[in-house]
Amino acid sequence: MSPTTGTATEKTRAPGVVSAAEPVPAVSPATSTVSAVPAPHDASPAGVHQARSTAARLRHAVRRLPYLLVRGATKSVAIVALLLLWETAPRLGLVDRTFLPPFSEVADAWWGLAADGQLADNARASLTRSFSGFGLAVAVAVPLGLLIGWYRPVADLLGPLLEVFRNTAALALLPVFVLLLGIGETSKISIVVYACTWPILLNTISAVRNVDPTLLKLAKSMNLSAPRLFQKVILPASVPVMFTGIRLAGAVSILVLVAAEMIGAKAGLGYLINASQYNFAIPQMYAGIITISAIGVAFNQLLVTVERRLSSWRVPADG
Amino acid sequence: MPESTTEPTTPKIVFEDVRKDFTVKDRTRARRATRFTALDGIDLEIAAGEFIVLVGPSGCGKSTLLDLLGGLNQPTGGRILLDGTPVTGPGLDRGIVFQQYALLPWRTAQGNVEFGLEATGVPRRQRAARAREFLDLVGLTGFEDRHPHELSGGMRQRVALARSLAYDPDVLLMDEPFAALDAQTRESLQDELLRIWQRTGKTVVFITHGIDEAVYLGQRVAVMTSRPGRIKQIVPVAFDSRTATDDLRSSPEFARHRHEIWSLLHDEVARAQQLEKEEASV
Repeated sequence: MSPTTGTATEKTRAPGVVSAAEPVPAVSPATSTVSAVPAPHDASPAGVHQARSTAARLRHAVRRLPYLLVRGATKSVAIVALLLLWETAPRLGLVDRTFLPPFSEVADAWWGLAADGQLADNARASLTRSFSGFGLAVAVAVPLGLLIGWYRPVADLLGPLLEVFRNTAALALLPVFVLLLGIGETSKISIVVYACTWPILLNTISAVRNVDPTLLKLAKSMNLSAPRLFQKVILPASVPVMFTGIRLAGAVSILVLVAAEMIGAKAGLGYLINASQYNFAIPQMYAGIITISAIGVAFNQLLVTVERRLSSWRVPADG
Repeated sequence: MPESTTEPTTPKIVFEDVRKDFTVKDRTRARRATRFTALDGIDLEIAAGEFIVLVGPSGCGKSTLLDLLGGLNQPTGGRILLDGTPVTGPGLDRGIVFQQYALLPWRTAQGNVEFGLEATGVPRRQRAARAREFLDLVGLTGFEDRHPHELSGGMRQRVALARSLAYDPDVLLMDEPFAALDAQTRESLQDELLRIWQRTGKTVVFITHGIDEAVYLGQRVAVMTSRPGRIKQIVPVAFDSRTATDDLRSSPEFARHRHEIWSLLHDEVARAQQLEKEEASV
């Protein structure tokens, strides 16, 4: 039965992940009712299927090609439309082209910045700050969140305080950071750490508090020690929710940093954008903006990939 | 199987006048906490290797009783002896099988069985072989690498059963383990459980609210009263011809036992429902 389910009915599903798991739901109810001998049902396909599968997969891929093309087109059509509008609107005089130059000019300016190394320098400055801030926040907030989440009284005690901090816009505190830490790297990295900490911390706390109680009961019934309990049950069970926080923090790290760089910095993408505006280098300004959004998208995509890896067990195969 | 009630050997498990109270916050007046008694005056002896089933109306404290035996909770009064020593906490000499399987969703079937072995300190190299052996015992050969979400409910419970058996506890505590399964899967798992029980000689304490299940599985069936839970009566169940008839459930003996337990339970269920109504209307 496997070859048919493997190729014919799978068209609407995502590739890779699913195909291995696919035949199971179809097989399992039947085998479990016949119960005594599910082994022969399953054991024989395992070996034979392996050899056949490479060819089958190739055929499968070819058959899916048009579908993949359509899907790729669907995903990019909106962005292409935006770029087209950006290109034509200034040219047709719908908007003032001094303030919104056509996309091709911006791309040109971007190429210029990339060629003379300005873009790389500024991007490096920004990424260094934002990654070190983000990394520090993860290193601090995850263990802290695990502890706070586990000790309920601590969570109840600190909950209101955490809410206050979370809801205080990080940028509103920027002047405070500058006052205390100066306008150098320290204050910029600190504000990134600060802004990234809250989403990670709060999500980790709620992840720990929402671990399936039957799993905790199981662990208790097996007399698991506290470190083992954390390592084997609480930590893996918390990963998916924790990662939602980490992804939020990833977006925040870039957002906050750019804003901080606009206020006082000698390098960085935020500085580049601001300086370009002051010098009326409008295409360069847009080039900086595009770079930032590209970095943001790439970083998020990276985190999504890591998240998929770590929590593939959670989603019953829908890509 | 011999009827083990009158054997001279010391029983495996003894409940001595066990009582359990809970404190609950009053819903209407938040300040006042009320106490209610979940279990009262439980006296019960279970022989080694016996298969005993507890039945009772919902909310009669069946699960509380099992939690006490599992060491997850302490009795308010009385004591529970396991091999002559009082139960003070959880331990790996008792394995619990939960209704909701309690499988670690990020581990494969194999990994879940190994989880039990890790707790007992079985060397890493032996774990894999042992896990495979027990997955085989529950009829899951070929499914070692599947994650719980790739398995049907019945298969998940088989994994959970394998996990509990793998670390070799003397006593299996089963809390309505088949209640969430469809009828056919449940019957096949019941047969499987009996087969494993006969093969391994474990003492099994099995909780259910299904009368058929109780009669089919138990050597003795302890019928409990509605709240506070007491043991109302213990019904010995014996079939001369367990293996002779194909369909034990439709034999006259089965019907007789079934009816006996049904009559014992009937009043209790009515009383439990009355209690629930009163509570809801307060």
